[in-house]
Amino acid sequence: MPSEMKPLLSASGLTKVFGYGRQKTLAVDHVDLKLYEGEVITIVGESGSGKTTLSKLLLGLINPTEGEIYFQGKERDISTYKKKLEYWKNIQAIFQDPYSSYNIFHKIDAVLLDCIRMRGSGKLHYKEKVRIMTEACSFVNLKFEELTNKYPFELSGGQMQRLMIARIFLLDPKILLADEITSMIDACSRATILDMLMQLRDEIGMTVIFITHDVGLAYYVSDKIYIMKHGKFVESGPPDQVILNPKEAYTKRLISDVPKIYEEWDLSTV
Amino acid sequence: MSRIMLEVNGITTKYITRFKENVYAVDHVSLKVEEGKSLGIAGESGCGKSTLALSLMGYYFPPLYYTSGEIIIDGLNITGMNPDEVRKSILGTEIAYIPQSAMNALNPTQKIIRFIEDVIHAHDPYATKKEIYDLASSRFETLGLPAQVLQKYPVELSGGMKQRTVIATSVILSPKVLIADEPSSALDVTSQKKVIKMLRDLMETGIIKSMIFITHELPLLYNVTDDIMVMYAGQIVEKASAEQAVFDPIHPYAKGLMGAIIVPEKGLRDVKLTAIPGVPPNLKNPPEGCRFAERCKYVMPECKVMKVGLREGGESRAYRCIFSEEELREAYQDA
Repeated sequence: MPSEMKPLLSASGLTKVFGYGRQKTLAVDHVDLKLYEGEVITIVGESGSGKTTLSKLLLGLINPTEGEIYFQGKERDISTYKKKLEYWKNIQAIFQDPYSSYNIFHKIDAVLLDCIRMRGSGKLHYKEKVRIMTEACSFVNLKFEELTNKYPFELSGGQMQRLMIARIFLLDPKILLADEITSMIDACSRATILDMLMQLRDEIGMTVIFITHDVGLAYYVSDKIYIMKHGKFVESGPPDQVILNPKEAYTKRLISDVPKIYEEWDLSTV
Repeated sequence: MSRIMLEVNGITTKYITRFKENVYAVDHVSLKVEEGKSLGIAGESGCGKSTLALSLMGYYFPPLYYTSGEIIIDGLNITGMNPDEVRKSILGTEIAYIPQSAMNALNPTQKIIRFIEDVIHAHDPYATKKEIYDLASSRFETLGLPAQVLQKYPVELSGGMKQRTVIATSVILSPKVLIADEPSSALDVTSQKKVIKMLRDLMETGIIKSMIFITHELPLLYNVTDDIMVMYAGQIVEKASAEQAVFDPIHPYAKGLMGAIIVPEKGLRDVKLTAIPGVPPNLKNPPEGCRFAERCKYVMPECKVMKVGLREGGESRAYRCIFSEEELREAYQDA
């Protein structure tokens, strides 16, 4: 990244502590992060390493104990609900479990109509809205005619996750935070979903933060990888450096835990 | 030739929906697993992998119904057996099954050892607590689980530990065939490795004689099993050794699946992941010709009308396509 560019989102000394006194847990421990426009970064870590807490901090779902978050060069202000909504127009998330990301009582149309309202096109004629929804669905290889009047449980996991991406397409945020989005769907839909995210990045210049435990996925998609352990970044850098020539023992172990096809997978080291 | 542990001939099972429609989720599947071998089953979600696993046990409950075919476990034909009898004398001792969310099988209000007692009492009501404890603790020790786990409640164990506990429990009666249906996909990579290590130990120590491993993660299958079978829309589309299935697949669908492999190795970033467009056909009324024709890159008009059978190709390989191996390879070369 060129040095004169300003980071879109940055965090300095970000810390989150859960509990008090002796039961204190440092979930995120003085983390510094810089995210430039159009960049794809990945945060890799095991369960319990604080990845999801960090993502919640960045989204503004929980307040940091210490440290600042800067958005577009200014300190992030989400003190009122109105300001929060304004912030969420710029940063959106897709979560791990597509089955629990939807309100089970609302039809799929309602999900998409909500997004249209949120981007300020709520007063359009219904026909125009259908056109917009059809466009969004076709972007993710779904057919709106097949989805309309259905409830979320009638879709497969892959379809639900794709519909989530259709939402993102409608909302057009600056930053997308994807928290383990492919861990619950099969390998084939995973490739489709990654393809779509990359397309979003290329077409509307979206910045993407991936959060995952899958080192292979991180290697494939990102411009920069952060390895997280016990709330701290232990290693970071471009994927070729971090994955192919890891320095930290922890990174080496994470990589050795993933099954490979060209190298022998050593099972003796568990 | 070594003993055949599991032989399945043309098994077909169906689901009956509430509108009384028949959905043939497993359609004439035949397979053989020899002693000491493992077979992997790959495919997308909804292709019938898990239904096949359920069908192999010979224990059917609505909405799944048996239609035709036979299952022979180590010379014993279990087709047409009464469900109660299957439950009593086959499940657990001849064939065992680990579902995807196996860890949810544990009762949160009881210690692990009670769960194991339950399993053993179902087969041998007169086993004493002492016998069961000795058997369980020695089995747990062999599999690298501390015996203290037996006295714990499920909430005290981590997800990976729970999964390994359930696996160790399901093989407590040394079944001849173990069916593992995505045993590691809900776990993170480190726990996954431990589960795989355990399954491999089970095979090596001879506690189980053969294994069927179901997953959609091809790199994992390649590392665990000897042979791989690729399923699509309830049918087998390719059968080959693990090596051949990953590096040299014949069927266009198997080829497509290989295009979606992600491994953290050199060269991954240079290739673009290719997904197979479209969705599998609805099995309520499957297409007459090739079921993959809708999504196939190399489709010809005759694909959609001609019935396709499984063809033999080379040593112990088979694939389901109207084109021959040479014709397909040529098509791949041109593309």
